[in-house]
Amino acid sequence: MSEGETPIAAAVPPAEVPPLVRVSDLRKVFDVSASALERMMSGAPRRLVTAVDHVTFEIGRGETFALVGESGSGKSTVARMVVGLLERSAGRVTIDGTAVDDPATPRAERQALRRKIQMIFQDPYASLNPRWTVGRIVAEPVVTFGVLTDSRAIERRVGELLALVGLAPADRVKYPHQFSGGQRQRIAIARALSAEPAFIVCDEPTSALDVSVQAQILNLMADLQDRLGLTYLFISHNLAVVRHMADRIGVLYLGRLVEVRPARALFDDPRHPYTRMLIEAVPDLEAPSVVRDPARGEIPNPIDPPTGCHFHPRCPHVVERCRREVPALLDGVACHRVADGSI
Amino acid sequence: MTDSVLSVRDLVIEFATRRGPLRAIDGISFDIAKGEVLGVVGESGAGKSLTGTAVIGLVEPPGRIASGEIRLAGRRIDNLPRDEMRKVRGKQIGMIFQDPLTSLDPLMKIGDQLIETIRTHAAMTWAQARDRAVFLLEEVGIPAAAERLMAHPHEFSGGMRQRVVIALALAAGPDVVVADEPTTALDVSVQAQIIALLRRLTRDHGMAVMLITHDMGVIAQIADRVAVMYAGRIVEIGPVREVIGRPHHPYTAGLMGSIPSLRSDHARLRQIPGSMPRLDAIPQGCAFNPRCDRVLDRCRVERPQLASFDRTAAACFDPILGHDAEVRA
Ligand SMILES: Nc1ncnc2c1ncn2[C@@H]1O[C@H](COP(=O)(O)OP(=O)(O)OP(=O)(O)O)[C@@H](O)[C@H]1O
Ligand SMILES: Nc1ncnc2c1ncn2[C@@H]1O[C@H](COP(=O)(O)OP(=O)(O)OP(=O)(O)O)[C@@H](O)[C@H]1O
Ligand SMILES: [Mg+2]
Ligand SMILES: [Mg+2]
Repeated sequence: MSEGETPIAAAVPPAEVPPLVRVSDLRKVFDVSASALERMMSGAPRRLVTAVDHVTFEIGRGETFALVGESGSGKSTVARMVVGLLERSAGRVTIDGTAVDDPATPRAERQALRRKIQMIFQDPYASLNPRWTVGRIVAEPVVTFGVLTDSRAIERRVGELLALVGLAPADRVKYPHQFSGGQRQRIAIARALSAEPAFIVCDEPTSALDVSVQAQILNLMADLQDRLGLTYLFISHNLAVVRHMADRIGVLYLGRLVEVRPARALFDDPRHPYTRMLIEAVPDLEAPSVVRDPARGEIPNPIDPPTGCHFHPRCPHVVERCRREVPALLDGVACHRVADGSI
Repeated sequence: MTDSVLSVRDLVIEFATRRGPLRAIDGISFDIAKGEVLGVVGESGAGKSLTGTAVIGLVEPPGRIASGEIRLAGRRIDNLPRDEMRKVRGKQIGMIFQDPLTSLDPLMKIGDQLIETIRTHAAMTWAQARDRAVFLLEEVGIPAAAERLMAHPHEFSGGMRQRVVIALALAAGPDVVVADEPTTALDVSVQAQIIALLRRLTRDHGMAVMLITHDMGVIAQIADRVAVMYAGRIVEIGPVREVIGRPHHPYTAGLMGSIPSLRSDHARLRQIPGSMPRLDAIPQGCAFNPRCDRVLDRCRVERPQLASFDRTAAACFDPILGHDAEVRA
């Protein structure tokens, strides 16, 4: 997209076109207690972490929805449940109206759906099998989903994909260790694209890369979205990167969404006190001399989270009600003070 | 520079390999003054950490300092015997690394680690050292410091651990601190706290800092000057505002242009084509020439040396000057 043009989904996706991805009331509880035997011996209680709690959002076709939040806020846990790598404790995920893991859905339909969803991970070193050639890595989804069966056709497809992500078709005979971090992330993207997905979940895709390589990968992802009409769930803790990529943004705090709004609105006029704190904390290249108020406090212990609004111990606007009641997400913001118009 | 605490001159570091020596650091010179923060940025593999490692005297075989000098407050330290250097390190030079867990002993209480470090470098009784430990923890912003002395590292969050590492680095009141990606593993909110802390410490104690990081935002917040490294050399060095706002070297300009900003919306990011050469395939002439959009014939044969332009120095035959330099405008 060129400068000046309005982003496709500056507003909520239009109502006539149903969203591609629907996530409703998603929840994940991890049991982090010691083993049952140890607990019996020591009398220690069960310890549970609610990593994701009542998370609901939609992603329109061709849209990029981003999740941001501090470390441990639940971003990766949401991502892994959305692609089906992690079992949900509760909630529903549908793609194109169909639940990916609903036993009522015919097998063939579920298989076809799985093909439409791919994931790109943070670490391009760990996510590629070091013993496989690049060609085999990229072809794997094509083979798994039976997209192509003829070996010559597969080879041609791999060559096209490598060219698409800016590598050479001849690179197919090489191994991952022969590539730099940025090139490996290109390989991971080629693999994610090989089965012609509609929806790609990207968990910190450039966090392990330096800024100049990051720019290459982000530009590539934007180009591919324009050319192939891809839909992205984009996860990053780098707010500038998110601002750059996202149409809409969800802010997670201790497993709950505290603000969900179009990217520009969220950055120009953050409403939730936590969102404001996050944006304030980002060092600004253009105004380096501004002395910022360092953010207060740290993310609390998820095993024993604060009552009411999770953010209340760090919030400058806290009132009694915040300590008791969990605020609902209203007009994209979950804050009692914003809801009653007092901040 | 007369008030320079740390002075590095023509530093060359090589790695012995089967095919002969590989030059990873190729003639680097810089100074850091009292109370000054020098930011070091550049592509992954450019030699930032290796330069920091040389300053703290920890270059290990197959790597070695092949030539050049490093001086601390005028005294040469690159050729000191091991145990002599060990005393300098810790007392006069502090270190902060990316992962606080590598610098802390997981089995030892925070207080004991601090007290031990303090007593290694200063003649203090245990009680005096304990008071100093409490003071240091308070200094780095750990609340209820006296009660936290008994805690083990795993009882602290990532940000608190990094603050303990900073307290350890400061324990002996060093003249210079080498910080390699000290905030990379931390959240933006904690990162902002650490930046504010480092800045206060340089101001109040006159400590000099060599700050290595990928994060230009952190550099903009805290550094006085910046050195930009590419393929083992400094290609540009100067005051932070100049280098960020009006870069002279095309690599610096490319680097600055590739950073998304909070105001950038959907505009396409500028990108530098290609990637940094490997150490065994550094092109003749300027190492950046195959990726440079201003390349001249001369750049392909002759290696440019650092030369001054305004208040910065850049190693380029065709530096960006005057109005065409407003890359971030
Ligand atoms: N397999 C697991 N078992 C127990 N707890 C887990 C597990 N995976 C995640 N958690 C916990 O769930 C919470 C959310 O973790 P998650 O990895 O989703 O965070 P994140 O937002 O992706 O953080 P980061 O930015 O560090 O990647 C954390 O408290 C984490 O410790
Ligand atoms: N033991 C070694 N043998 C050979 N080369 C090495 C060795 N250790 C480091 N190098 C090389 O030295 C160069 C400089 O590495 P250094 O770790 O200083 O980079 P850096 O600028 O800190 O990068 P990053 O941003 O990724 O941390 C690299 O090209 C690296 O491959
Ligand atoms: Mg994560
Ligand atoms: Mg390094």
